[in-house]
Amino acid sequence: MFLIVLLVAWEAAYRIIGWESWKFPSLFQTIESFYTGFAHGQLLEAIMNSLRRLLIAFAISISVGMLLGFMFAKWKAIDDTIGFVVIALQTVPSIAWLPFAIIWFGFNDKSVIFITALGATWTMAIATRTGIKNISPIYIRAAQTLGTGNGWKMFMQILIPGSFPHLITGVRVAWAFAWRALVAGELIANGAGLGQLLQDGRGLGDTALMLNVVIIIAVLGTISDHFCFKKLEDKLLIRYGLDK
Amino acid sequence: MINVDNVNKIFTQRDGNTFQALDNVDFSIKKGEFVSLLGPSGCGKSTVLNLIAGFDKSYEGHIKVNGAEVKEPGPDRVVVFQEHGLFPWLTVLENVAFGLKQKGIGKKERLELAREQIRTVHLSKFADRYPHELSGGMKQRAAIARALVMDPQILLMDEPFAALDEQTRLVLHQELEDIWLKTGKTILFITHNIREAVMLSDRVLVMSTRPGTIKKEFNVQAARPRDSADSLLHHVEKAIMECLADELEKVVKEEMGDDTYSLKKNSVFDRTFGGMGGGI
Ligand SMILES: Nc1ncnc2c1ncn2[C@@H]1O[C@H](COP(=O)(O)OP(=O)(O)OP(=O)(O)O)[C@@H](O)[C@H]1O
Ligand SMILES: [Mg+2]
Repeated sequence: MFLIVLLVAWEAAYRIIGWESWKFPSLFQTIESFYTGFAHGQLLEAIMNSLRRLLIAFAISISVGMLLGFMFAKWKAIDDTIGFVVIALQTVPSIAWLPFAIIWFGFNDKSVIFITALGATWTMAIATRTGIKNISPIYIRAAQTLGTGNGWKMFMQILIPGSFPHLITGVRVAWAFAWRALVAGELIANGAGLGQLLQDGRGLGDTALMLNVVIIIAVLGTISDHFCFKKLEDKLLIRYGLDK
Repeated sequence: MINVDNVNKIFTQRDGNTFQALDNVDFSIKKGEFVSLLGPSGCGKSTVLNLIAGFDKSYEGHIKVNGAEVKEPGPDRVVVFQEHGLFPWLTVLENVAFGLKQKGIGKKERLELAREQIRTVHLSKFADRYPHELSGGMKQRAAIARALVMDPQILLMDEPFAALDEQTRLVLHQELEDIWLKTGKTILFITHNIREAVMLSDRVLVMSTRPGTIKKEFNVQAARPRDSADSLLHHVEKAIMECLADELEKVVKEEMGDDTYSLKKNSVFDRTFGGMGGGI
């Protein structure tokens, strides 16, 4: 409902204010461009390319982040040294590393994946560390007394599930970070993708295309967060008896 | 079976000061015996249990189980905690089967064994629930089932019923005595409830505080299964109460501060004895 009001207001404003379409597109131009974009496969291809990069980067950052976080939680010496650095690094927007990435990897996929993974990794590491540290010692002791020992069994069966409520929040935030970094990275570095399409739109003065990309980014971001992670999180919280 | 040999335990606190929690604690428990460790809050009961369980290795003296020095926690001495300690991400059934899984028992067999054990604590209807969906008494029962299913020689129970209401506690006392009579396990039971200790145990070790040490030991030679109306139990209960009256005064003084405390020893004694569970 609200969406319809918004769309009507948009078209009305366009006509009343009389923007020229090279500044901001009208509703119909946007819909038309959306249609041709998909018909020519250009939009879909860009989405696929961006998602591919995102998933690669995401997989890297989740595994590396969890490994780091686990080490921080387990060894105080690492926590006091590398852990501190990571907290500092977390405050740097990952796009700030893009110039370095370009020097190291060139104008290509790797640079984009690198900075996409970077921001998410730190977040994930810190979430994992917090999650493990917050596991009540009674679970650890109960597990020991039931014969898990302190190695792999403990890690898989207690540390991971025990820190899940924190982990899933970490994954959500990491996803949001990665998504942002990805689009920013694609804008600057080369490679077909949504960010690149935005750049192309600007070059061609095609504001309808640009707006389309923005909308797609918003929709994809919302869908993934709301229907994937949020659902999963809610389900977990209920199962853990944490929802209030 | 369990030998605790002149054990001293000193905690180093965060500010660097040391605190002697246990002073020359020395006792042993025979195979198949049900022994309670009784004492006021903070006297070091949990500390003793944690050492026997193997959670903490920094102490002086020797602790032996079956003649071998305790090195680490293990399934031969399963602990039942005051706060149940069930894993919230597993159902009751999965919780009970958890220890069997660590032993490497196949899925089908371990679920079967777990179900059977859950039946003995009367939780069959709740096997597929998550811990937060159970009442306090049910959780405690599930925790006991999780320990029993391991068929350990020794059960270490740290105030397992302290958080429960009186009725539930009485029911669980009977269930525990039943299980013990059937299985003949060696049980070290920690409590600060005098009646509970007397009702359940063959022997009650009374601890005194600051530093924690075994003050006196009482044999309870009443017939099994125990009958709460048994005059022998009341007799022992009274004797323990007297033994603890001094301790009680010490604790109250310490926790309330010396100046506010002006009750006479006898009045404290009378009130506690008249009260419900005879707790300290
Ligand atoms: N990790 C620790 N560091 C410092 N002091 C500790 C530590 N753990 C326990 N203590 C102290 O040792 C004493 C004994 O504690 P313990 O937990 O064994 O008492 P308890 O007899 O089990 O009491 P309760 O009945 O309340 O459970 C207490 O005075 C406590 O403050
Ligand atoms: Mg205790």
